[in-house]
Amino acid sequence: MDQSKIRNFCIVAHIDHGKSTLADRIIQMTGTLTDREMQAQVLDNMDLERERGITIKSQAVRIIYKADDGQEYIFNLIDTPGHVDFNYEVSRSLAACDGAILVVDAAQGIEAQTLANVYLALDHDLDVIPVINKIDLPSADPERVIEEIEDVIGLEAQDAPQISAKTGLNIHDVLEAIVNQLPAPKGDPKAPLQALIFDSLYDPYKGVIVFCRVKEGTLKVGDSVKMMATGAQFDVVEVGYFGAGQFIPCDELPAGMVGYMTASIKNVRDTRVGDTITHTNAPAAEPLPGYKKVNPMVYCGMYPADGAKYPDLRDALEKLQLNDAALQFEPETSVALGFGFRCGFLGLLHLEIIQERLEREYNLDLVTTAPGVVYRVHKTDGTMIELTNPSNLPDPSEIDYMEEPMVEAEIMVTSEYIGAIMDLCQERRGQYISMEYIEETRALIKYTLPLNEIIYDFFDALKSRSRGYASFDYEMKGYMKSELVKLDILINKEEVDALSFIVFSGTAYERGRKMCEKLKEEIPRHLFEIPIQAAVGSKVIARETVKAMRKDVLAKCYGGDITRKKKLLEKQKEGKKRMRQIGNVEIPQAAFMSVLKLDED
Amino acid sequence: MTPIEIYIHIPFCVKKCLYCDFLSGVFDEKMQRRYVAALCTEIKYMAPRFQQSEVVTIYVGGGTPSWLSEDLMDEIITTVKQSFHVNPLAEISVECNPGTLSSEKLNLYRSIGINRLSIGLQSANDDELKELGRIHDYNRFLHTFDLVRKAGFDNVNVDVMTGLPHQTIEKLEKTLNAVTMLRPEHISAYSLIIEKGTPFYEKYKFDAVKQQAGMPTEDLPTDEESYKLYKFTMDYLAKKGYQRYEISNYARNGKVCRHNLGYWDRVPYLGLGLGAASLIDNVRTSNIRDIYKYVETSEAISAGKAVESEFSSPYAQTQEILSKKDAMEEFMFLGLRKIDGVARSDFQKMFGIDIEAIYGPILTALRNEGFMDAKEGRLFLTDIGIDVSNQVLAKFLLDE
Repeated sequence: MDQSKIRNFCIVAHIDHGKSTLADRIIQMTGTLTDREMQAQVLDNMDLERERGITIKSQAVRIIYKADDGQEYIFNLIDTPGHVDFNYEVSRSLAACDGAILVVDAAQGIEAQTLANVYLALDHDLDVIPVINKIDLPSADPERVIEEIEDVIGLEAQDAPQISAKTGLNIHDVLEAIVNQLPAPKGDPKAPLQALIFDSLYDPYKGVIVFCRVKEGTLKVGDSVKMMATGAQFDVVEVGYFGAGQFIPCDELPAGMVGYMTASIKNVRDTRVGDTITHTNAPAAEPLPGYKKVNPMVYCGMYPADGAKYPDLRDALEKLQLNDAALQFEPETSVALGFGFRCGFLGLLHLEIIQERLEREYNLDLVTTAPGVVYRVHKTDGTMIELTNPSNLPDPSEIDYMEEPMVEAEIMVTSEYIGAIMDLCQERRGQYISMEYIEETRALIKYTLPLNEIIYDFFDALKSRSRGYASFDYEMKGYMKSELVKLDILINKEEVDALSFIVFSGTAYERGRKMCEKLKEEIPRHLFEIPIQAAVGSKVIARETVKAMRKDVLAKCYGGDITRKKKLLEKQKEGKKRMRQIGNVEIPQAAFMSVLKLDED
Repeated sequence: MTPIEIYIHIPFCVKKCLYCDFLSGVFDEKMQRRYVAALCTEIKYMAPRFQQSEVVTIYVGGGTPSWLSEDLMDEIITTVKQSFHVNPLAEISVECNPGTLSSEKLNLYRSIGINRLSIGLQSANDDELKELGRIHDYNRFLHTFDLVRKAGFDNVNVDVMTGLPHQTIEKLEKTLNAVTMLRPEHISAYSLIIEKGTPFYEKYKFDAVKQQAGMPTEDLPTDEESYKLYKFTMDYLAKKGYQRYEISNYARNGKVCRHNLGYWDRVPYLGLGLGAASLIDNVRTSNIRDIYKYVETSEAISAGKAVESEFSSPYAQTQEILSKKDAMEEFMFLGLRKIDGVARSDFQKMFGIDIEAIYGPILTALRNEGFMDAKEGRLFLTDIGIDVSNQVLAKFLLDE
């Protein structure tokens, strides 16, 4: 295949600006798919993705386009996840491309994520074609958006295709722009092999299916290959390219091509996204740049609601991990919740997705503890530990100081809500960096924020305080020294390990108070009074009391209908079975979850 | 001869009270006659199985049994007496509502051996009676009570209710005063339960949940208030010489309801009539609850037709064979409703094992927490244990 007839590209956009719809339309218009084959959205093939309208795992598809010049072109369209949790995956997907289509909503214009993605694409030296979507909307204002793209991003946009991916309007312009404005791949098919892994998928029959972009050399069936970062070696069983929703084997993938390979690989951990595949015998001198091992940013405990399901939970996590190298877990035990796992995630969305998949696909009922970030605890003996579970915090006398992870956040907001958003950032211990107006009515605000403050509900708060007009993106900015304390919850004088968390000392009182109030609502009355206390060290900072139950409704018994009385008692007893016993207090599972939603009211 | 109790269900009411979920309804006299005939068929059908038993109590409940015309009541009691061995000193009770009795009826009751009446008053406040959907006012009750005494009944119960919507201590005191003044031998004081399927449920279901959760309520007394009403009742009746012998029952001069005590002691009982429950040889049976099906079953039996049934009685709708575990649980949660609780020796006698071997840890915990106490070989709930009886009793259910 003639390299000059290949175009490897991706589509970048802010969430909801129509990325997946445009991808569908391109696939449809190029004629590789019949309408019948067309699912609503071909690229998003996980149920969850469709429901949430987001793309979780990047995917790719190869299509054939017969251009106006009469030539046939191969398009490799690589889909990228749209969420900041998956930033690293996005960056690897971009590295597999030579160009990008930037989709901007004709009504909403540029948003924070648009900027982040464009900068990421430009960082990877991709040529970017802007496309203005949703011009069929009554509120569409393409002229303003063109101006915005030119002013803010500095991309020429006067001739940008103005389309409606939904109706199919002007899609042809996009296809021609891809042929004429995006570069063909470079690379020598005879050079030592360098293929970039940008995704992988576990298949029960074939093992791991590695998605890669061949930059140099040629990848063939039967080759002996090695992963340059992990060192793992395999013999290639199959190579091929991506049909729509299926894998189409071929003999080889030469430089410039995007495709897949299988090699009876059992573990996705051996084929890390970002790693470089080379030949064992004639290896490349050095790997492609940019590989890094992604580490979880957010941790929480996951416990089966029914303790007997512990092995099921372990099996389910292992299966999910086959497809998700970023998911980490290790067994832990909690006095309150029994046997479970401490799980690490890329972010809160990642956490929620895993949690939902465990519940939905594996039918598990879970109790999840409050998510936390990875703190660095510097001990007086000069050593440092990375703390993922609050229960493991050393004694305060052994702690010299602690650090917490920080992010740099970019928030784009219309001018009337600037004040509200700055207040929010201030409340969340943000440090102001800068603000610039990108047009008369919109500004880009930058803050440094502790990651801890944004993993709970920052996004929701942002949306509600800006009436949905603010958009948000962030990137990690290392660690910073901070005054942190462990907040413990005592129920009937007993510390409940699963409810402990690390918190900034200045907000400990506020959070402690809210926790106590919430728990008071959740814990049913017992035969005795139950004090609920929040404590830092030995100092109680907040207290609520669940009053003792004084009186049952006295059940009458009539006509010898004892069965009914027994049913009533059984119901009472059954209810207790679903609770967790802490000392002599029964705590409903829901109580452990409710504290995750402290800021809802 | 082994003792047995008989319960007879009369599912007829002049009008259904708004809180009532008992198996009863409004039917005309024709249906009442048809039902009583069917009931007598069941009595005669079941009797041959109990020729080795002696009937120690008969309880005619409802519905409103006193609404039946006297010849029907006569037929029922006479049939029982002819078919079973009834102890001459048996307690024979009938539930009555004010306004359904006359001196003629009462005289007949006396003549056929009925020796205990239970009158449903519920409240001495007319506004509360109206709210409950009762068919009578307080004056009507006074009139009925007078007739009852004049007819010579010396074992009379009056039902009152606590926890009514908008009930205050003052209103309850008025009711209790009005009742104790008349010196009935027995008082049952039940607290109102908002039952599903009743008009009260539709009206007060949210309030009932709030009450249970200890939250502020709209119409029903709060949890705290109903506790006070209940405590007040206890103290008031104690002051007036009524001794509490069961969670909701009080008696003067030892005139307890022997029939009801039998339930708590698990004396075998035979339930006759629509939906009636029986406990015979550790088998619990509930009769058919559909009145037409019930009368048709009897009519088929009268006509000499064979009636198929998967159970030991053609009248049964459900039957449950109690395991030893079930029996032990019942022994505890029923027996502990009595103020003097259960005897260790009875447990040993009935199950051949020491009560401590089964319930030792639970008993110890409950005693340490102050919900139970023990004296002279008996185990019983303390006052605070009775306050939260469902919570405490549920602990006696055993795991599989």
